[in-house]
Amino acid sequence: MSDRFTGTSNYVAGEDLMMAVNAAVSLERPLLIKGEPGTGKTMLALEVADALKRPLVQWHIKSTSKAQQGLYEYDAVSRLRDSQLGDEKVKDIGNYIVRGPLWEAFESDESAVVLIDEIDKADIEFPNDLLRELDRMEFYVYETKQLIKAQKRPVIIITSNNEKDLPDAFLRRCFFHYIRFPDKETMKKIVDVHFPGVKKALLQRALEVFFDIREIPGLKKKPSTSELLDWLKLLLAEDIPVEALQSSDNRKTIPPLAGALLKNEQDVHLFERLVFLSKRAS
Amino acid sequence: MLIDFFYRLKEGGIPVSIKEYLTLVEALDKRVASETVDNFYFLSRASLVKDESHYDRFDKVFADYFNGLESIPADFLDRIPEEWLRKQLELQLSDEEKKLVDSLGGWEKLMETLKKRLEEQKKRHQGGSKWIGTAGRSPFGAYGYNPEGVRIGQDGSRNRRAVKVWDKREFRNLDDSVEIGTRNIKVALKRLRRFAREGAADELDLDDTIRSTARNAGYLDIKMVPEKHNAVKVLLFLDVGGSMDDYVRVCEELFSAARSEFKHLEYFYFHNFVYESVWKDNYRRNSERIPTMQVIHKYGPDYKLIFVGDATMSPYEIAYPGGSVEHFNEEAGSVWIDRLLKTYEKSAWINPTPLDRWRYHESIRMTKDLMKDRMYTLTIAGLEKAMKELAK
Repeated sequence: MSDRFTGTSNYVAGEDLMMAVNAAVSLERPLLIKGEPGTGKTMLALEVADALKRPLVQWHIKSTSKAQQGLYEYDAVSRLRDSQLGDEKVKDIGNYIVRGPLWEAFESDESAVVLIDEIDKADIEFPNDLLRELDRMEFYVYETKQLIKAQKRPVIIITSNNEKDLPDAFLRRCFFHYIRFPDKETMKKIVDVHFPGVKKALLQRALEVFFDIREIPGLKKKPSTSELLDWLKLLLAEDIPVEALQSSDNRKTIPPLAGALLKNEQDVHLFERLVFLSKRAS
Repeated sequence: MLIDFFYRLKEGGIPVSIKEYLTLVEALDKRVASETVDNFYFLSRASLVKDESHYDRFDKVFADYFNGLESIPADFLDRIPEEWLRKQLELQLSDEEKKLVDSLGGWEKLMETLKKRLEEQKKRHQGGSKWIGTAGRSPFGAYGYNPEGVRIGQDGSRNRRAVKVWDKREFRNLDDSVEIGTRNIKVALKRLRRFAREGAADELDLDDTIRSTARNAGYLDIKMVPEKHNAVKVLLFLDVGGSMDDYVRVCEELFSAARSEFKHLEYFYFHNFVYESVWKDNYRRNSERIPTMQVIHKYGPDYKLIFVGDATMSPYEIAYPGGSVEHFNEEAGSVWIDRLLKTYEKSAWINPTPLDRWRYHESIRMTKDLMKDRMYTLTIAGLEKAMKELAK
């Protein structure tokens, strides 16, 4: 097996997350990741593939996704169309079998990293339909009577936003990790990794403003790590001086470019109202 | 040793299975984790716990199980005389006894009681089930058994000793048996949405497919349509006044936030129990009342009926005409609720009173009977059960 995952130059992983990833890698079991939006669930798979130098196969789930699409699809419609046109291709059914991401990963020469992103978006039966495939890492193509078996068992990373509960049988086969919202220290490390040049004072203030905003009760969507990173990027691009942030003491003014942090109209209104109230009170 | 830990987890209410246990053993065998307790904690959590709402319970069991290894910290002894806590005997309780102990209300209440006890108590105490000491069944102290027990040793020492991860109990907010607050309101919302939105995305539109294929000179042209969106209609009856106000606010927020998912959401207020009239505006409750009969006539039986109330009152208010505290009701509350339930087949009562206090109130029992047992707590787990019942 290759090296252990210890985070990468642009991804900060907590000790607990590293443990979960390493357990999943060495035991060749799927790893299920949950957590607040924007805490880097999807990024994890990309970074694991990068760190372990393995090919990455991505499968993004939509509400219409079917488990079968991950394995293969039999494109019956084009075959029917071809048959009406008298195409020669039609005689070999294999021409109409379209490989899915899991097939790609199973066939790969080196063990791949598979990302199944937002599995909770799919129908409630979706995970159940993948049980055997994830467990045995093999499946059967009925049309061509082939058994596809993983040469090297891939590392499978599954993310979920908790919109639907996943079935127990599925959960039993996975390792599980919940990515917590990072505390100030970790957040500093994360920002450091993304913007090594950022000025200390600016970062300090920006983080304070950020955590202040997160504390506001009643926000519909609290800003998360990815929003913070976007906001910092903007602050740096616009070359906003530290003083501009400084004045946001006591929540008397709206911090510059706040639109990057608050993405919901109602939240922006709420925030403006709070600022207005505290202004009037002082 | 780990088998014992495994069973403790099961007793602690975490749905662990043999497969997961074997995975953990396999991981230990492959030396995934180096031999520190921290690493073992992370590894066992990743392999045994599959839901962040169980993290807190896991932390508790873990702390409880592995804390035999730790000594009682020094500053703890400043607070409580040392001799109280000298370990003398390990007490093994039978299951019935455990159940008896199981009943002291929530965490906050426990802490309050602890403070009071500390003030009351002057002498060393051992055994027994009220005072603080060792090996007893009181929730306070060490080495004894109480499922909600406070290990004074750990709690008092947080400031000076490096805090163990599992002692921080950072995931308490995610436990699905706690009451709904602003923190976990989001999760609750998701549960409500699930109730409102059933079924997958698309189906074959046979008619349109035939029509277009024909128009296409026989070349197949498949047409899909989105599956019908099954929007739910909800009637919400909220108990207002007194102790209920806080809960009602939470519920209102909750349901109006989920409002976009419902086809219709109508809400009405009542006080303590439903009688012949309800109201929509709390400030004008005396002038603008709506007869309950009018509600029944106006909203058809396809509406789902949800009551939110603590159902804590005098039994007379339910069972007898004229029992209401506010006015003279000609017919008993039970008659009115029967009438509503007959019209609306799908109904549920959400009760913010903690479950363990239900049995002390005759009126809760009566209401529960009237609701044919469809009464649920105002917790995420409770809401989920209620929504499941309504969606049946």
